[in-house]
Amino acid sequence: MDIDTTQLWTVIILLGLGSFGLRFVFLGLIGDRPMPPWVLRHLRYTAVAVLPALVAPMVVWPAATGGAMDAPRLIAALVTLGVGYFTRNVLAAIGLGAGSLYLFLYLL
Amino acid sequence: MRSDTPRSAYWRGVRDGAPFLLVVTPFALLFGVVATEAGLNVVEAMGFSIVVIAGAAQFAALQLLVDNAPTVVVLASSLAINLRMAMYSASLTPHIGSAPLWQRILAAYFMVDQTYACSIAAYETQPDWTVAQKIAYFFGTVTPICPMWYAMTLAGALIGTAMPAGLALDFAVPITFIALIAPMLRTAAHKAAALVAVALALVLAGLPYNLGLMLAALGGMMTGAQVELWMERRGTWT
Repeated sequence: MDIDTTQLWTVIILLGLGSFGLRFVFLGLIGDRPMPPWVLRHLRYTAVAVLPALVAPMVVWPAATGGAMDAPRLIAALVTLGVGYFTRNVLAAIGLGAGSLYLFLYLL
Repeated sequence: MRSDTPRSAYWRGVRDGAPFLLVVTPFALLFGVVATEAGLNVVEAMGFSIVVIAGAAQFAALQLLVDNAPTVVVLASSLAINLRMAMYSASLTPHIGSAPLWQRILAAYFMVDQTYACSIAAYETQPDWTVAQKIAYFFGTVTPICPMWYAMTLAGALIGTAMPAGLALDFAVPITFIALIAPMLRTAAHKAAALVAVALALVLAGLPYNLGLMLAALGGMMTGAQVELWMERRGTWT
């Protein structure tokens, strides 16, 4: 159980430097140099690709249920998506999504 | 909103970042608790949250340290989880790449899922913002999110109790991100990108080192770009 202090700080510092490097690599090194159109075309879809890919497994196999598919969480995710898509209102989507989660956790 | 000053863009960022406190608060609190239970003192737990400032990677690193994994393995696995930050960095470069270096250094340090997601969503709806407005907005989103990450890590480490499981706050992460992404699904290209990314993420979920996420993201981006090209050729791209 005991973590070696030297190893711990080695990890903290190198992980911090590495993470900063990943965050800085394009922003810092490319800066305001123009990028080719095909790169920009791909970058336009970064957010709508990475973030859904990040949350999809959390929705389908929630950690809180030990990875078992869970109806209230699936419904809440769909409600959030629908409200966000049709109203374009982030706060309404969060509110109704959370509301439906609690409602169906209570009902089901 | 042509009349937005950097100051008003900053406050908009603060407002838009605020809902993510729902995510950051329980997550940071939990990290403080888990770190303490793993035998870290307050300085070490805070060191993690201040130096690394990345939720999922911190949890992974801590778990591997507890399991006595070699340092190289801990670093490789945790950095793999943070690889998406390089994609965020590339995606933000066309917007804030011409900002002064010191601002880019600070923006890189504070680049987390929530600040990136808020900012890129706002930049897409505000194409006429100047770099100064975009930077101001970015640091607006940082203001509620990142200090809370430190504060709640500290609280978790000192108090040693996480949020009760009955609150189902585990699901705050998917809900806040879905709410933010849904309005961004404006064109067929955006929808196709998201759909392919989700499908690939589920199919490839079993891959080690978070590789599934990276491949799913790349697949989604390529899909979006291809659909955009295709629509452009057909003359249906505005």
